[in-house]
Amino acid sequence: MTELSRTGAIRDINGPIVTVDLPGARSGEQVKIGELGLFGEVISLAGTTAVVQTYESTDGVRPGEIAVGLGFPLSVELGPGLMGGIFDGVQRPLEKIALQSGDYIRRGISVPALDRARQWEFEPNEALEPGAKVSGGLVLGTVQETLTVKHRILVPPGVAGELEELAPAGDYDIEASIARVRTAKGHILKLSMYHRWPVRRPRPYLRRDDGISPLITGQRVIDTFFPQLKGGKGAVPGPFGAGKTVVQQQIARWSNADIVIYVGCGERGNELVDVLESFPQLDDPYSGRKLMERTLLVANTSNMPVVAREASIYVGVTMAEYYRDMGYDVVMLADSTSRWAEALREVSGRLGQMPVEEGYPAYLASRLAAVYERAGRVETYGAGSGSVTLIGAVSPPGGDFSEPVTSHTKDIIETFWALSKELADARHYPSIDWVTSFSGHVHTAAQWWHKEVDANWERRRTAALALLARDAELSRIVNLVGPEALSDAQRWELEGASLIKEGVLQQSALDDVDTFCSPQKQFALLDIAIKIYTSGAELIAIGVPVSELQNLPILAKMRRIKSMYTSDQMDQIQAFRAEVNSAMEEIRIEYAKQGEPAVS
Amino acid sequence: MSIKEYRTVTQARGGLLVVKDAPGVAFGDRVRIEDYSGGIRNGQVIRAADDAVLILVFEGTEDLDLERTWVRFLDEPVEIALSPELLGREFNGLGEPRDGRPPILSNLRRPVAGSAINPAARTYPREFIQTGISTIDGLNSLVRGQKLPIFSGSGLPHNRLAAQIVRQAKLKDEDTSFSVVFAAMGVSYADAKFFRDEFASSGVLRNVVMFINLADDPPVERLTLPRTALTAAEYLAYDLDRHVLVVMTDMTYYAEALREVATAKGDVPARKGYPGYLYSDLAEIYERCGRIHQRHGSITMMPVVSMPSDDITHPIPDLTGYITEGQIVLSRELHNQGIYPPVHISPSLSRLMKDGIGKDDTREDHPRVSAQIYALYARAQETRNLASIIGADELSERDRRYLAFADAFDTRFVGQGESEDRSIEATLNLAWELMSSFPRDMLTRLKETDLAKYYTGTD
Ligand SMILES: Nc1ncnc2c1ncn2[C@@H]1O[C@H](COP(=O)(O)OP(=O)(O)OP(=O)(O)O)[C@@H](O)[C@H]1O
Ligand SMILES: [Mg+2]
Repeated sequence: MTELSRTGAIRDINGPIVTVDLPGARSGEQVKIGELGLFGEVISLAGTTAVVQTYESTDGVRPGEIAVGLGFPLSVELGPGLMGGIFDGVQRPLEKIALQSGDYIRRGISVPALDRARQWEFEPNEALEPGAKVSGGLVLGTVQETLTVKHRILVPPGVAGELEELAPAGDYDIEASIARVRTAKGHILKLSMYHRWPVRRPRPYLRRDDGISPLITGQRVIDTFFPQLKGGKGAVPGPFGAGKTVVQQQIARWSNADIVIYVGCGERGNELVDVLESFPQLDDPYSGRKLMERTLLVANTSNMPVVAREASIYVGVTMAEYYRDMGYDVVMLADSTSRWAEALREVSGRLGQMPVEEGYPAYLASRLAAVYERAGRVETYGAGSGSVTLIGAVSPPGGDFSEPVTSHTKDIIETFWALSKELADARHYPSIDWVTSFSGHVHTAAQWWHKEVDANWERRRTAALALLARDAELSRIVNLVGPEALSDAQRWELEGASLIKEGVLQQSALDDVDTFCSPQKQFALLDIAIKIYTSGAELIAIGVPVSELQNLPILAKMRRIKSMYTSDQMDQIQAFRAEVNSAMEEIRIEYAKQGEPAVS
Repeated sequence: MSIKEYRTVTQARGGLLVVKDAPGVAFGDRVRIEDYSGGIRNGQVIRAADDAVLILVFEGTEDLDLERTWVRFLDEPVEIALSPELLGREFNGLGEPRDGRPPILSNLRRPVAGSAINPAARTYPREFIQTGISTIDGLNSLVRGQKLPIFSGSGLPHNRLAAQIVRQAKLKDEDTSFSVVFAAMGVSYADAKFFRDEFASSGVLRNVVMFINLADDPPVERLTLPRTALTAAEYLAYDLDRHVLVVMTDMTYYAEALREVATAKGDVPARKGYPGYLYSDLAEIYERCGRIHQRHGSITMMPVVSMPSDDITHPIPDLTGYITEGQIVLSRELHNQGIYPPVHISPSLSRLMKDGIGKDDTREDHPRVSAQIYALYARAQETRNLASIIGADELSERDRRYLAFADAFDTRFVGQGESEDRSIEATLNLAWELMSSFPRDMLTRLKETDLAKYYTGTD
């Protein structure tokens, strides 16, 4: 117990909501409940009565048992040792808990997030001399946290003064003092390699900047059609089984972010195990190191207590901001924000608050917006530019996108990858629907693509989308009057759209070759598909029957080529382009010959 | 705390009792209630305040009066006794015998509420289970430790399918059979009897534990029944190292009982009157399935969920689909055509299939065969719709090929005998036979190497 703690007594236990008599309690304060010592936080106050939401099951707790107000809000530990770990919704390290309490999580167990015994090799910041002015966010030194991640040790926000001493290079544990700072008031502060931060308060930064570069995810339908910027906010809504988790896991695997924070919020245990078992084996295509070295998991699965589920998003985003403050591009994936919203709903229901829509409290929209607002690209105080990209899965009941969580989310985000049940049922993955999805970042992304890949990117993208739109129109006609009503040119449009769908948009996460696709390969596939369509359309215009084109072997190959060659085998893909050109040219010559007498 | 009796019941309705002036009662504890006639009921504390306690009565509050009801707080959680003697027995939702034999005597008692498995202690399920049913093994494979529900409707043969799976399920190349935990909630006497007879005739009865609450038994008891059954399953799997298959039918009646109690408590409804916590509540049940590090046993779960009015977006199948690792969906249309098992493959899915199939587990072409069949069938369904509008004669030759494929697929691949136990090779070969009615160039989900090896068409 600290000097700030006060004790009181439990009055009422209603599931996770516990009412206590606790004079002097503060809103948001952490409270230890009962003899089991369950943790919770104050969510409302009236007189000396505080309502506490607990992060663990309250089975066995009795009125009259003790409640201890701890004097501080829900906070996380920030320092080396987070990467590669798996934490629960209130940042307890699950691997260590498994060692101590076995296969099931014992209630009331309390283990700090960061290992106290582990030594880290600290490298002081050469530029800092005693006497230097330091303040929050400044880099004091570095620690190689994993083989991929250099952890920058920051002056905690709010600390400012004159550096009295900086520790020399060497091995330290996270509690050892590595710097002494004299504040303006003359107090001496000892800084260690970690600090604590309250999760519900956004971490400060110098200024907010616009996003400039796309987050490359290696997924064609995302990068090429509905791009996301580093520092952007996006949502993946879709009915069950449509592929939200796979989209998020693909981004966790293949995106060009420095740090990935994956928050399993009210979803399946096995999905986290999948990441835990596979990421240590998989190579990061950028660093060549193992993916787990840049990944951190927060797990509050659907069967874990619902209040900790509400907390888990804040715990995740605070850690994301911390790595952002080191100057990194961080991606945080939240699967699923609907479960988080349901946790809000459950607590509000137990408090007897007035529901507004489908049982959700009136503050749903503002809370959602506030969480997403923590994404962004910023200029940090001491480590240059950093970003947090926040991508949330949304699980609408019955797949109905007009429900409150999906519709509020849609108003907040910039990139919307809408998953379609029809596509998923036909095993067209990713089932991102090209009609209802959108990205507010196409223009900015185009500048990057034009500079880095090809100046025709935006033109090809537009052509492909136009072809898909025509496809929808023509399919309606076919459904009314049958395929015979279409002209050859129209049938070729259908074929072209089908090439885009099967040869470009479709990308199986389970295909070893195609699971990741570099921007160069993405563009080449798109470009060749459009090329086949446009040259075919020209041939039809000079009288080539569509059936002749449909029998060309290059069409089947266009559908297969994505899985035949990896991003490193661009030569083979370019060779296919030549194959396409000559096949088309051959037909053109043949028909030009046949056509000659008629023309002259 | 010494066990005291209270006669301070101030309210009784909808399965709930309010008891005044019973201080210091633990939340979640078990309660014994004696009514005016000496009849005993069981309950659980679902809200504990210093001035009043709210109790859920499993046998319901029917026929109770306020004056002559005695309430005893037992100072222990709701729990069951566990021993190997469970096998071959039949219990109610509280673990009390229903078969006229004595109760289980054991010092080992565990709370039925269970606790959450630490995700870091789980092992990813990846061992292929051959059920002998083509639509499952070939297209939506089940693995050990998976929760894969059957979504059905009234009058559809979900019970027969579940029974066939229980009979036939085995690991490829291994002969260890499953122990079965059978949990029935709100089902008819006839349905319960069907399973009992089925287990008896296939000779697995001594490997089965049954927990049964029939349609005319108290609905509130349905709320503990799956938890009691899973506590037994965990014991069999993790204490006795058995591979357990849990069949639960019908989760819809479970959820309806939950709604009944929630409404009585005045909980805020979310959709269709079901409480907002239905998702978390179902997850507490379904997530008890799985594989755990260094444990030899496993729990595989096959719940039956009947879709009210065949509506897959109804909250119960919907929330189930959001929690389970896929679903097998039965179709009334196929059933009406006389196809058994009437599995509609389009909305069916197995999420854990990916790591349980392929070269080392089933056959190298398996993942792509499944993807290709799905793509062909989706296109064939569109063609069927088109044919129903414009007439089959108007279709192109290519489209007619799809129609023929769809018909052959429904009757030969989906349809199979109730005792027909197909090996995975037989299933995959049949898929190839059907796919080979298309030219190679239309089978773009398959690799050239697959085609070279298995394609039997002429083109
Ligand atoms: N890109 C993909 N490539 C291959 N298969 C995919 C892809 N996306 C989804 N799938 C398949 O679909 C299944 C369901 O996907 P996923 O688990 O991501 O759905 P979900 O939308 O997260 O569902 P839920 O809301 O129930 O969690 C996967 O197990 C996989 O078999
Ligand atoms: Mg998911």
